Amino acid sequence: MISSNLSAIFYLISGILFILALRGLSSPDTSRQGNYFGIAGMIIAIVVTFLSVGNFSNSIVYVVIFLLVGGAIGAFIAFRIPMTAMPELVAGFHSLVGLAAVFVAIAAFQNPEAFKLGVVGGIKLASLIEMSIGAAVGAITFSGSIIAFLKLRGIMSGSPITFGGQHFLNLTLGIGIFVLIYYLCMSQSANIFWTVIIISFLVGVLLIIPIGGADMPVVISMLNSYSGWAAAGIGFTLENTALIITGALVGSSGAILSYIMCKAMNRSFVSVILGGFGADSSSNTTKEKKDQKPVKSGNAEDAAFLMKNASSVIIVPGYGMAVAQAQHALREMVDKLKKNDIKVTYAIHPVAGRMPGHMNVLLAEANVPYDEVFELEDINNDFANSDVAFVIGANDVTNPVAKTDPKSPIFGMPVLDVEKCKSVLFVKRSLSPGYAGIDNELFYKDNTLMLFADAKKMTEDIVKNLD
Amino acid sequence: MEIDPFIFRLSIFILSIFIGYYVVWSVTPSLHTPLMSVTNAISSVIIVGAIIAALAGSTESIFDISSIFGFLAIVLAAINIFGGFLVTQRMLQMYKKKKDKKK
Repeated sequence: MISSNLSAIFYLISGILFILALRGLSSPDTSRQGNYFGIAGMIIAIVVTFLSVGNFSNSIVYVVIFLLVGGAIGAFIAFRIPMTAMPELVAGFHSLVGLAAVFVAIAAFQNPEAFKLGVVGGIKLASLIEMSIGAAVGAITFSGSIIAFLKLRGIMSGSPITFGGQHFLNLTLGIGIFVLIYYLCMSQSANIFWTVIIISFLVGVLLIIPIGGADMPVVISMLNSYSGWAAAGIGFTLENTALIITGALVGSSGAILSYIMCKAMNRSFVSVILGGFGADSSSNTTKEKKDQKPVKSGNAEDAAFLMKNASSVIIVPGYGMAVAQAQHALREMVDKLKKNDIKVTYAIHPVAGRMPGHMNVLLAEANVPYDEVFELEDINNDFANSDVAFVIGANDVTNPVAKTDPKSPIFGMPVLDVEKCKSVLFVKRSLSPGYAGIDNELFYKDNTLMLFADAKKMTEDIVKNLD
Repeated sequence: MEIDPFIFRLSIFILSIFIGYYVVWSVTPSLHTPLMSVTNAISSVIIVGAIIAALAGSTESIFDISSIFGFLAIVLAAINIFGGFLVTQRMLQMYKKKKDKKK
């Protein structure tokens, strides 16, 4: 058994290693090393915990067994999961962190002696506040992430679910949690503790159901942040530095990602949380309108011809590429183009896909070198000097309306200046509007050629025609 | 008057938020997905609380209410730790520069 002071120092070291793990992600070169720092930090934290308890009764056997069972499940998932399923995997993992926080809080409430927090019915006031906040945030993270998971997985419809008085109900429940925590501190009652957890589960569900599928990047980042705050809350309860540092890191990380995502959609965080964006009501009007405007549509042969005669091509991938799993076919197409000495780059909008960095991972999976992939602000000026823009599965992030029509719901959102290219190839299954429920003006431009097909099939056909 | 240890923990917490703020802004946008999966993995350091709870059961009754929740939390956190770090590793292996490209 080691002293509390020594273990506190080791927890600090593991916290520092976690900071280095995040620091490593500043470039792909250092990122792998960063991940090893993270793993080292975790091993130190776990080993020190065993040593500091030191009471090796036979329960340690079970601890190790449960640890390995969980580890085996986790490893199995990590190796089997396809890269396109990454958003729902991350949402699922968030829910586990949330639930683990709830369980640890319950364990601490039931057996405060083990954590040196007082006795049952006489838990220290500060600890009681910390553990109930940790449990409440954990429960919200859990149920919210489950809803996000179901929406991303397609088990639940991605369209927002709204009803009258929704915000009022959420507000009431939110205030209710704080009132109950106050009474919990007065009475130390287990029933109130359980009620806090149950209401928090409910709040998590209510918070996420009104948010539509395309706002998922914000939701995932936000839940990421919540899982951090829950961990920090538990860290305060357990007086554990590693947990406090990690909670703060993860909490601020998620918050920054949410901020970046909101900014990329030109929407306020509050309006995303209140939800209801992209409901079906507006799409009916646009459907009538679209028949009146002429659209040029082409086939794979036309597309191949256009690209073969170009000298530079910019690829704009979006969620549709992920759905169709078209990234490998796309890479093949680009390889053929490069053989003809055509310069090819990729332009990625921050909210393309369903989570931050979603497109980058898929392109990396298809072996696209990361130095050919550019972010919005780095490449947006290049469209004017390029011959062909190949839009595959993206929609609203290319809509010029965001720059021209102040009445449009997406006005002010930074978009890729795709229309400045000499010609635009737009792979899409139909003319239906994107998540914002608005028509894309790009479809009707003279220099746009629509390629109506599944993204993967169309790309494969183009590859054949490039020979 | 002595300073409450809570204040020290609060100081660590606040300073860590600032560290997190600056470190995360320096993360390149193309690695935002690995960032989420690795933060997920490290937040599972909550497993230390679960282990303490699980080991607290007395020798006669290893499984009382508190330790059962501890054991359950161990499983959940372990899924996350292994799953999170391994999937991050898997993703990071895929990020290659032009010169590394296999033809």
